[in-house]
Parts: sequence; structure tokens; C-alpha cells
Amino acid sequence: MTVLDVRAMEVRRSERVIVADVTFRAAAGEIVALMGASGAGKTSILRAIAGLDPIASGTVSIPQPVGMVFQFHHLFANMSAHRNVWLAPVHVLKRPRPEAELRAQELLLSLGVGDRASAMPHELSGGEAQRVAIARALAIDPHVLLMDEPTASLDAARRGDLAATLRQLATQGRTIIIATHDAEFARACAHRELGVRGGRVHDVS
Amino acid sequence: MISTRALAFVFVVCLTFVSVTVRSQTVPELLWGGDAEGGAPYVEADASDPSRVVGFDVEIAGLLASGLGRTARFVQVGFTSIDAAAARGDFAVGLSGIEDTPARRARLAVTIPYYEFREVLTVRSSDKDRYRSLADLRGHRVATLGATLAYDLLVDAEARDGIIPVTYEDDVHPYSDLLLGRVDAVVLDAILAQRGVRRNSGLTNQPVVLAVGHYVGILSAEQSALRDRMNTILRDAMRDGRLERIFRRWDVWNEDQPRLYARVLADSSPYPVPASTLASSTTSGPRTWEAARRYLPALLRAAVVTVVLSCLSMALAVIAGALIASGRIYGTAPLRAALTAYVEVIRGTPLLLQLFVLYFGLAAVVELPAFLAALLGLGLNYAAYESEIYRGALEAVPTGQLDAARTLGFSERQTFLLVRAPQAFRLALAPMTNDFVALLKDSSLVSVITVVELTKETSIFAANIGSWVIPGMMCAAIYLAMSLPLARVARRIERGWRHG
Repeated sequence: MTVLDVRAMEVRRSERVIVADVTFRAAAGEIVALMGASGAGKTSILRAIAGLDPIASGTVSIPQPVGMVFQFHHLFANMSAHRNVWLAPVHVLKRPRPEAELRAQELLLSLGVGDRASAMPHELSGGEAQRVAIARALAIDPHVLLMDEPTASLDAARRGDLAATLRQLATQGRTIIIATHDAEFARACAHRELGVRGGRVHDVS
Repeated sequence: MISTRALAFVFVVCLTFVSVTVRSQTVPELLWGGDAEGGAPYVEADASDPSRVVGFDVEIAGLLASGLGRTARFVQVGFTSIDAAAARGDFAVGLSGIEDTPARRARLAVTIPYYEFREVLTVRSSDKDRYRSLADLRGHRVATLGATLAYDLLVDAEARDGIIPVTYEDDVHPYSDLLLGRVDAVVLDAILAQRGVRRNSGLTNQPVVLAVGHYVGILSAEQSALRDRMNTILRDAMRDGRLERIFRRWDVWNEDQPRLYARVLADSSPYPVPASTLASSTTSGPRTWEAARRYLPALLRAAVVTVVLSCLSMALAVIAGALIASGRIYGTAPLRAALTAYVEVIRGTPLLLQLFVLYFGLAAVVELPAFLAALLGLGLNYAAYESEIYRGALEAVPTGQLDAARTLGFSERQTFLLVRAPQAFRLALAPMTNDFVALLKDSSLVSVITVVELTKETSIFAANIGSWVIPGMMCAAIYLAMSLPLARVARRIERGWRHG
């Protein structure tokens, strides 16, 4: 079943075309890796799919909400890891706060950072911050999870852990799109790899 | 009227400066100090030649100079600084409608009096039968010039009759504000009162004499020999009618003067007559500590005005500043342009000017009470600075966090309230504390629109005892007692956040 459907997507930044004619689909439970060197346009494609940047032409069909994990995590600096995770369920999804807090704690536990719930973002290591960011993205129950360079702040052992985590999330039916230049990581977790070069996508698997 | 006078005044100051630098030093000079802003008939810039000053004090300076075989040269000094400048020896003698007081006699060499004046009560003509004396004005605002015999008189009347003294920096606005109803009476000497009534129709001087005082010249304490020579010259001029001719020329001669001259000529001591008839200033004496004790309650009351005014103004500045900053970031293009213009105009013009415009300039359209005008002036001025702090702080919050909030589905408003504003506030806290301390001190500017706060009360105190040492230290101590706890509170909040 197709969950994400991108057709002939074009993105421009001040008239310059930076993403052109991008077309691909992803099914429920599928992990797709967008592979390419720095500056190839991977992040721009993810941002356009997430709705952060407007598309100049083409269509993107994606069920809301969309979960996005940024390369630099972008945790809210003024609140604890725990509150970072339950804030959107309470204020956006209008869930009762006790329920949202409990679920946030469970997500942090399942990602291995349950003991860091009360820490402030600046007190977390890169790997911890990334897992809190994943928990935050998952807390709003997205059908699609977009991840930008998820291995950038991880050592080899942590990369293995992350690959296992993503595989498990996929088995629960989530679609995961990963933008990465880490070929080894992509092979370890992705079902399918798409090459990105000069803002265009081509199938490599 | 004010502006032309002010311009003429500036012109005189400039020309005085120029003449100081180019004049040759062959003729011995007598430097004399006065305030040309005080205006006619004392000292004012000549309307037909603003490089000259005219007035009866100018002519008395000429009389003293020629008696000493010198030529008189005018030195401009602000009225409230004349005592300090005389004590420092910035000029040989100060002449500018300077009142004889026990404090001046104790700290300076004071000449014999050359003119006797009466303190009179001016009211609106419609109140002529209602307010005949200060006792009729219980609970009403009565205006005067700060640091004068009239002010001492009003302080006594505050305790005795329950009037509310209001001090002004000049002698024009007390009368215009009386017409507007901002005050219900003015107490000043008869010369100023007659001028006030002449300029503003609808005002009446009551016949009651509230006190009698004298104008004198002041010299530094070491110059008593020169003072004695000047006394001789003044006595000669009393005898041969030269003083009378001067005062007649300026239309201020009256029957009080021959009586004064007779008393002065009958007694050859340096102080032939008491300084004034006001009980408190003749009997209390010039002892500084005694005066400090007497002024302390007034200083503390003024400190309360400073604190209340500063806190309310800061609250207004914070709220308005936050709205301006939000408008400049989130608003439409015309709104952004308007707010930018506001910030630039406010930051680019002096606060003093803004206060004048709010209080005196707008008086014809809307009559703001002095305290409200001060609150609005300070608050709206600081709002411009606060808004820049907040705008900078809001823009310093990483855009990545704002992107994250958008992908999580937060509305613009939720992102602002939950993520952006709290972080910006932390960044803004240190500069805000800084601004509050600055505002606490800038609040002293509101004395120009008759709000008596700490600095104004201190300068009145200093002028009345003739020294800045004790009043200055007391004032500084009170300001520090107000500003130091602020810095501590701010540091504590910041520490709390770092651990939270």
C-alpha cells in the first residue's frame, strides 16, 4: 500500500532550481534511503516533503502528521527531554497531559533514554539527543518518519543500534525515509536505496 | 515664546564663549555669573542684539565693575548651579535675583541686599474670593520654583495647611499651568508674579504678603574683602540714587526699597537685615546634619515616587516593547514600517524633548496629569529600546527549533508562546535588568514636568543648604539601595534557569 507518493516535485530557492523532477513512492513499513553526497539535495527533498519549504511544481501526497528528525535534532532548548516529547501531543493533539506524559516516558524508555527524561537538551550527548528527537517525532503517531543524516552524531556501535530501532519501527507499519551519505548504514537498514545527485533522484537498488 | 528665548539664550552662550577666546586681556575684568534663562527684568538676552544681556542685575554688575575700576563680563551659569559655581570661584560675583538665605550666608560671602521683594499668591481670577491665603488651599496643588524662599514657604505650608507643593524649573509654566487648572495657585516673588499676571489674562495676585526676602550678590567665602568693597559701592549707589534709577528703568521700584536702603545705611555691619521673614529659614540655621535630618523624610518620599514611577514605566515598556517586537517580526509590511519608524524616532530624539511635548506640547489637546505624562513618556521611550532587545532575542532563537515546531503541528502562536518567547526572554533578561537600572536613573528627567522624584528633591535640598556633599551622598545611597537588589534578583533568576 503506497503511503508516500511524490510526483515530479520541483523546489526552487530564489528562482534557482535546487530539486527537479523528483518522483518516488514508499509503502507502509518500508524504509527508503536517499543516498548522495553533501549538497546533492537530500535535505531539500526531505524539507519539501515535510512541508517546511514550498514546492514550485509537482505533487506530494503524504498522510499527516509527518514526523521529522533533523540532523542537529533541534530539541526545544527551554525544556526537559521529557517535555520535548509530550508537548505536541498535549498542545497539538489535545491529549490529556497525564496520558501524554506516560506515553512520552514509554517512548524514551523504548529508545533507551528513559533515565535522561529530566535532562535539559544541552546536557544530552549527540546520540541521546537524537533518540529524544526520534521519541518526539514518534509521539504524534506519524505514518511517515523523515530522518536527515541520522548517523552524523553516532559512533559505529550506536549506528548499529539505530538501524535495529528503525527496522523495529518499520515492522510496526511506519514508513521511514532516510537522507544519508552513509552507504553502510543504508545497506544495514533500508529496504530500498535511491541515489540523489544535482537535485534529481534515480533508482540504484 | 519659550523657543525664541531658548534660542536667544543659546546664542548668548555661544557669543560669550567666542568673546572669551578673542578678547584681549588689557582691561581688568569683573567676571559675574548669572542665568540668562531667568529672563527680564533680571538677566536676559537683548531682543535687538542677542549677543548682549540686559536686565537690572546686568546694570548692577556694571555698577560694581565701574566702582572697582573694571569692566563687567557676563558668565552664563544655570540658576541651580550658581552657588556651587560662586564657591568654586568660576566668577567674582553671582547676580541673578539670588535670594538671601542663612545657608548662603554660612557658606559664601554675601553682599548687602540691594532689593526687597514680597512673596505673593497668584490664583485664577475666578478663584479670587475662594483662595485668599495658603490656608484656603488645603489639599490643592500650589506651584513655585524649586530651591527658592517660596519653596521653603510651601514646605512649611505643607505641614501647616496641608497644601501640595509642586516645583517647576522655570517661572513661565507655573502660570500657564495655573490657567490650565493643573495647579490652583502659584507662590513666587512679586516681580515674577506681576510678569505672570501680565502675560496670562485671567490670573490675579492676592494682596496678602506671605514673606519678605532680599536679592543679594554672592562671592566665594574667601572673597570677603572684595565683598566689603562691593558693599561700599552698593551703599554709595543707594545714597546717590543710582540703584533707584536702575530699578525705575526696569519698572520694579516701589516704596519697600527706600525703607530697605534706610535700614542698610543705618547699620554698617555686613548683614544689616535678616535674610528673610520666613521663620524656618531664619531660625533653623545652616547646620548640615540638622538639615539632612529635616530633609530625609522628603527624600524617602521622593524615592518612593522614583520606585513607583520606574516600576510602572518599566511594566509599560516591557508590554509595549514585546508588542512592537512581535509586530516587527510577524506583522504585515505596513505595520513593520510603522513600528520601525516609531522605534527610530523615539531612539533618535531626546527623552527630555519627548517629556516636554507630552506634558506642555499636548496640553492644548489633552491635559495629562504630570505623573501620567511622566509614566507615558518614560514607558513609551523605553518601549522602543526594549523592543529592539526582544526582537534581537527572538531572532536569536535557532530557526531549526521553529522548523521542528512546525513539523510537530504547532501553530505560529503556540510556537511563539511555548518555544520562542521563553527562550528569547532568557536572552533578554540581562539587558532588561540593565535597562531597568538605567530607567531608574533616567526617571530623574521627569522633574522638568513637575514630578518631584529623588534627584529633584536632592537638588532642592542641596540648593537650600548650599552644598551637594551630604545631599549627594544620601541620594546616591538611596539609588544604590534601589538598584543593587535588582541586579541580585536578576542573577538569581538566571541561575535558577541554568539549573532548571
